[in-house]
Order: sequence, then structure tokens, then C-alpha cells
Amino acid sequence: MNVIEIAKIVVGILLVIGSLLSLLSTYGLLRLPDIYNRSHAATKAATLGIMSILVGAFIFFYFVDGLISAKLLLGIVFVFITAPVGGHLIARAAYRTQVPLWEKTIKDDLKRDDLKRDKRMTKKLKKAAENQ
Amino acid sequence: MFEMLLMTSLILIAVSILGTFYRVFKGPSTPDRVIALDTIGVNIIGLVAILSVMLNTQAFLEVILLIGILSFIGTISFSKFLERGEVIERNRNR
Repeated sequence: MNVIEIAKIVVGILLVIGSLLSLLSTYGLLRLPDIYNRSHAATKAATLGIMSILVGAFIFFYFVDGLISAKLLLGIVFVFITAPVGGHLIARAAYRTQVPLWEKTIKDDLKRDDLKRDKRMTKKLKKAAENQ
Repeated sequence: MFEMLLMTSLILIAVSILGTFYRVFKGPSTPDRVIALDTIGVNIIGLVAILSVMLNTQAFLEVILLIGILSFIGTISFSKFLERGEVIERNRNR
């Protein structure tokens, strides 16, 4: 049993783990109740699965063909950076366009912070009006 | 053995893309559909990587970068459109 056989087995296991994580993220996307929960499933689990698959492909090309693929490394870094950023932007857009939360949600920190900021702004405006 | 593992992961990821399409068609709000489309883009990256391992070629590795960049730009422009109502803002004096 030489190095290539062992590398092939490791690559196969990494690819199966990655696709199972991707399937898990799809299950979460189908079953979770509202958009904010779904964005967790869609961005985090899918990112981990795809990174596992890309690392498997990198190991395959390194041991079988003997080349270090800079394109795959760049793809790993790019997916790792951009997928959570996209999920955050979509969740923010959903909150600002008043997509309703799940009815069993008990805590809304963003709403509390908005109320606090509004109160502070009105106090500041009142003070400015008094000074004039 | 190796071919069987590759085939298994290819089938699993295809099933996951098919399941995500349900959320694209059904999704109650627009951000649901956008997030499902983003997940489809990420899954297609994995599909292309598995295919290039299966065929033992480096010809498809540019496709990974291209699909990643296009999916990210699509998600960002959709979120900006949903939030502000326009994609490229011309009035910058705010």
C-alpha cells in the first residue's frame, strides 16, 4: 500500500464528510422556522462542507499529480471569507425590510438597541433646542 | 472503493442542491430565496471540485473561482437592492 492509495482513501473520506455537511445544511434550510435561523444553517454548515471538499481536492492533486494548486487555495480562502459576509448582509436586509421573526422568538436585541438609540437622539435634540 | 466514495459524495451533493430548490420556489419572503440561491452557488463549487477530482483534470479549477465570485456579487447586489431599492447609488452626498 503506497502513498497514493492512502491519499485516495483520505480524499474520499473528506469528500463524503463535506457532502454530508452540505446535505445537513440543506436539511436545516428546509426545516428551520424563519429566515434568521435558516441563514445560520445555510452559511455556516455549507461553508464548512465546501471547505472540506476543497481541502480534499487539494490533497488529491498534491499527492496524485504532484502539484500545489494555487487556484484551489485561493478558492478556499475566498469561500471562507465571502460566504459569512453574504449571509450577514442578507440577514440585515431581511431585518430592515421587516421580515417577521418566528412567533416563539423571545429576544430581539436589535430592536432594544434601536429604541435606546432613538431615546438618546430625542434627548440630544431637546437639549440642543433648549440651548438655542 | 475510491470511485464509489466519489460517486456517493456526488449524489449527496446533487440531492442537497435539489432540496435547496424547494426553498427557492416556496420561500415565504424574498431574502429566503436569495439565501437559498447563495447556498446553491456554494454547492455548485463543491460539485465542480468533486467532478475535477473524478476526471483527474485541472481544467475546471478556474470555474470554482468564477462561480464563487459571481455568487458573492449576486448576493451582495440582491441585499443592497432589497435594502435601498437600487443597486448602484448615484447620489453620494448623504
